Amino acid sequence: MTALKILRYQLRDVFRSRWVIGYTLLLLAATELLFRFGGSGERVVLSLLNVVLILLPLVSLVFGTMYFYHSRHFIELLLTQPVSRSALFAGLFGGVTLPLAGGFLAGTGIPFLLHGGATGSAPAALGMLLMLGVLLTLVFTALAFFVALHVADRATGLGVAILLWIGFTVVYDGALLLAMTLFTAWPLEGPVLVATLLNPVDLGRVLLLMQFDVAALMGYTGAVFARFFGSLTGAMVAIGALTVWALLPFLLARRKFLRTDF
Amino acid sequence: MTTPTTVTIRGVTKRFGTLQVLAGVDLTLEPATVTAIVGPNAAGKSTLIKCLLGLVRPDTGTLAINGHAVGADWSLRSEIGYMPQATSFPGNLTGSEILALLDNLRGSRAGGDDDLLDAFHLGPELGKPIRTLSGGTRQKLSAVVAFRYRPGLLILDEPTAGLDPLASGILKDKILRAPEEGTTVLLTSHIMAEIEELARTIVYFVDGLPRFEGTLEDLWRKTGEQRLERAVARLMRARVMG
Repeated sequence: MTALKILRYQLRDVFRSRWVIGYTLLLLAATELLFRFGGSGERVVLSLLNVVLILLPLVSLVFGTMYFYHSRHFIELLLTQPVSRSALFAGLFGGVTLPLAGGFLAGTGIPFLLHGGATGSAPAALGMLLMLGVLLTLVFTALAFFVALHVADRATGLGVAILLWIGFTVVYDGALLLAMTLFTAWPLEGPVLVATLLNPVDLGRVLLLMQFDVAALMGYTGAVFARFFGSLTGAMVAIGALTVWALLPFLLARRKFLRTDF
Repeated sequence: MTTPTTVTIRGVTKRFGTLQVLAGVDLTLEPATVTAIVGPNAAGKSTLIKCLLGLVRPDTGTLAINGHAVGADWSLRSEIGYMPQATSFPGNLTGSEILALLDNLRGSRAGGDDDLLDAFHLGPELGKPIRTLSGGTRQKLSAVVAFRYRPGLLILDEPTAGLDPLASGILKDKILRAPEEGTTVLLTSHIMAEIEELARTIVYFVDGLPRFEGTLEDLWRKTGEQRLERAVARLMRARVMG
C-alpha cells in the first residue's frame, strides 16, 4: 500500500527526467532499422540478442545506480515519516525497474507488431527475448542498488557498476575462452556448463540461441549446450538460474537497505 | 493533544568504526517542554536524534516514545515532526507535491497545521521545483513539514539556521506555543540566545554523554554565570581541563 504510493511518486520523477523515454526511442529505432534492412522476424530477434545482452545490462546498471544516488534526499525524507523500510525499498525498486522493463518491451515489441514480424518460429523466440530482457533488467538493477548501497561516493559507485558490466559482458567470456583453450585436453562440458549458469548474460545468450538452429556455431561445447539447454529440463534449469539471479542481488540489497544507518 | 508525549532513552551506545559516538546515554525528556541539547561539534547530538527517528540503529540500549520501543515499530514516526539540520527534499518535486505525498503517507493524520505555511507566505513558492528554491525557502518548507501533522514530539535540529530574522521570529513563536498543546520538543542549536529564549531544560552533551541536565536556573547556579553563552563555555573549559 505504502509502497504503491511511493512508487507513484518515483515513476513521476523518473519520467520527468526523460532518460527512459530516450532509452525506449533508441530501442525502437534499432529494432525498426533492423526490420528496414530486410530482416525477417527471426533474424531481427537474433540481431537484437546482442542489444539485449550488452546494452540492457549497461543501461540497468548505470541508470539504477544514478537513480539510487539521485533518490538519496527522497529516501532520507521518507525514512523520517511513518513508512517501513521494506515498503520504501519496494517502491524505489519498482520505480526504476518498471519504466526500464516497460521501455524495453515497448521499444522492441512495437516494431514487431507493426511489421507483423512475429510469424513462423519467431513468436517463441520473441517471447524468449522479451522475457530475457525483463529478467536481465531486474538482475542488473538489483546489482546497481547493491553497489549504490555499499559505495557512498557517487563517482566510485558508477565506476564499480561499469566494472561489473565489463566483467559480466567481456571479461567473463574472455576468461572462459582462455580456460577452454588452455585445457583443451580435458573434458570441459561440466565446468563450462556451470560457468554459464554463473553469469546471467551467458545464460541469456545460450537460452536464446537454443531457439534457433545456430547452436552448431558454438562448436564443440555447443553440442553439450544443445543437449542440455535444448531439452525442457535444460530450459527450466536455465530460467530457474536466471530467476535466482534476479532474486539474490535484490534480497541482498534489500537486507543492506534495512540495516543501513542513514 | 491529549497526553503529552514521553521520551525515554536508556543506555544507548553507538560506535561508527573506532569512533564511540554515543557512550551509554540515559535521558528522559520532560513531557510538553522544550529541551535543548547543547554541546561541542561531534558530541553525538545528531546521532542521538537519528536514533530517535530510527535512521540510525543503536548498538545497545533502548529508546522509547510513549513507552513503545523505537525501531520495532515504524508507525511511531507518525508521532514525530522532524526538521533536519540540512533539508533533504527531492529536487525534481515541487513543494505541493511533497506536501501531497506526505499527506497521503500520513493518512488520517493529514489535513494539518497550516499556520506556518500562511505565516511564511509560502503559497506562491509551492508550485516551483525544490531545486529552484533558495536555502531559506527550503528551510521554511522543512519547518512547515515538521509542524504540519501536529506531532506529539518535535525534533528540531538547528531550526533557525539559514532563516532571516523575520522568519526566525515566526518559527520561534511557533515553537514556544508547542508545549501548550502538549507537544514535547527536542531542540539543538548553537545560538545560545535562542536556547535561552526557547528552552526550559538544557542537556549539555559531550563525548557521547549528557554531562549536565537541568533547568536554566540550575545551570546559572552551577556555573555562577548569568549568560548561557558563558555558562556553556565554562562547562566546556571545565571539561577540557579535566
